[in-house]
Amino acid sequence: MKPEEIYEVLTKQFGEAVLGFDTELAGDPSIRIAPSAITDVCQYLAETDTLAFDSLMCLSGADLSAKDEEFAVVYHIYAMQHRHSIVLKAMVPKTNPHLPSVSHIWKTADWHEREAYDLYGILFEGHQDLRRILLPDDWDGYPLRKDYKEPEFYRGMRVPY
Amino acid sequence: METTQQTESKIIELKPFADEMVVNMGPQHPSTHGVLRLELKLDGEVVREAIPHIGYLHRCFEKHSENLSYPQIIPFTDRMDYVAAMNQNWGFCLAVEKLMETDESRNFEVPERAEYLRVLICELNRIASHLLSFGTYGMDIGAFTPFLYAFRDRERLLLLFEKVCGARLTYNYIRIGGVSEIIPMEPGSIAEQNFLDEIEAFLDYFEPLIDEYNDLLTKNSIFAERTTRVAVMSAEMALSYGATGPNLRGSGVDWDLRRDEPYSIYDRFDFDVPVAVDVPELGSVVGDCWSRYKIRMDEMKESVRIVRQILAEGLPSGPVMADLKAVRPPQGEIYFRSEAPRGELGFYIVSDGTPKPVRLKGRSPCFSALSALQELSRGLMVADIIAIIGSIDIVMGEVDR
Repeated sequence: MKPEEIYEVLTKQFGEAVLGFDTELAGDPSIRIAPSAITDVCQYLAETDTLAFDSLMCLSGADLSAKDEEFAVVYHIYAMQHRHSIVLKAMVPKTNPHLPSVSHIWKTADWHEREAYDLYGILFEGHQDLRRILLPDDWDGYPLRKDYKEPEFYRGMRVPY
Repeated sequence: METTQQTESKIIELKPFADEMVVNMGPQHPSTHGVLRLELKLDGEVVREAIPHIGYLHRCFEKHSENLSYPQIIPFTDRMDYVAAMNQNWGFCLAVEKLMETDESRNFEVPERAEYLRVLICELNRIASHLLSFGTYGMDIGAFTPFLYAFRDRERLLLLFEKVCGARLTYNYIRIGGVSEIIPMEPGSIAEQNFLDEIEAFLDYFEPLIDEYNDLLTKNSIFAERTTRVAVMSAEMALSYGATGPNLRGSGVDWDLRRDEPYSIYDRFDFDVPVAVDVPELGSVVGDCWSRYKIRMDEMKESVRIVRQILAEGLPSGPVMADLKAVRPPQGEIYFRSEAPRGELGFYIVSDGTPKPVRLKGRSPCFSALSALQELSRGLMVADIIAIIGSIDIVMGEVDR
């Protein structure tokens, strides 16, 4: 199925939770989903036979500009059987970034969500074990945020040593 | 020390059972293929839980990339999977090229000669990577000899790479729009002929050796005892965990991006995709450590086949670099994946039309495959952990980025 067709199927099924279909910019088109509905949409994508999205290729957080009010969480999903792919995007507010986890649908989301939490501070509700993965446990702040300032000290050591 | 509000106090709680022992394996351990720490909860010699702790090699690749122009990022990709760096360069360049192609006003095409050189070098790099995997896996399990054989042959490949780009491991050879011409090799020149002859000599020498290695290690009964029927990963599990490349094919899924979603010029070559099957005479079942290992041995043969086809055709003449004035992809985003030796290497790039990316994410195949370790190792013996890590063939530089 083409992304436009998948968009139509999703609007029919979920109505207002599907916020739009972004095609203006170059590259992959993406479907914007309301963050609260992301688990239901993913469950539907994974379990419907005509869609059968069985592989989550990539899950990434993104902070596109310091001026933006929102972080993006981007899901790149692929169906091995039908050989079609889709990009889902959920925008979460920077002040309180949280959305439901999809780690029970695709297990690879477990570590990918931990990474997004680690680097952006996005909270995934319902994740079994949401803790830092790449950075040390006692690290302050979330480095991939555009407004991140490097700390002056880490454990008493000056950082630009 | 001043702390900000974001600090979360971390209290690490361990609740050992009466008979349970918690052992840290790593971060410095010869068989973890880098700096990986496993927190093993043991009941005698049985592993109740193996919790991987990663991040010891984290170098903020993604943060660095946001402050660098696209060509400057290529050397950073070298340091992701440093034993298959050509493939990492290529994966990144393909993603950027794909995004740039969407802008018709800046039309460009990667020259034929560059495409052939890319496939040639990357398949040789795949052999080098699988050789390392084969050698170190043997050593992890306790067979020292294969390691010496593998490194002897890999050395010849590294010398070849050195001749083509001046570096043994971190190449920065494949560039956006073509390949680098640091060491000039004119079409039809003696230098080119010598280079191709050298590759052919290597293939003639190496191809029969694969069978010898199979006799040496693959069919070795001690090795088979250690690896067959250990940590069986079903096809569903492999897909769910995002295991790709040899790990996915080792679970019996017939999938290879080079054949199923051909990029570059892979559709012109004739090669098979090895997929695991049960091997009753050794006791192997689909999805066990031995199957994953065997895929890599078979893939080396296929890579030899592809390289031989290029040698038979000869390199086309022409430039090796497209006429690019500036690398400035249009505003937009792309996710592109390519088949690296360890699986699907994806790059997610968001561009705002400036020479630097707004967001760059490297989707590492080892990262996803390693996340399956916790489930795979439950209930096995400590010695099996070593067998699993070697069989999923991780490189920590890529896991941690």
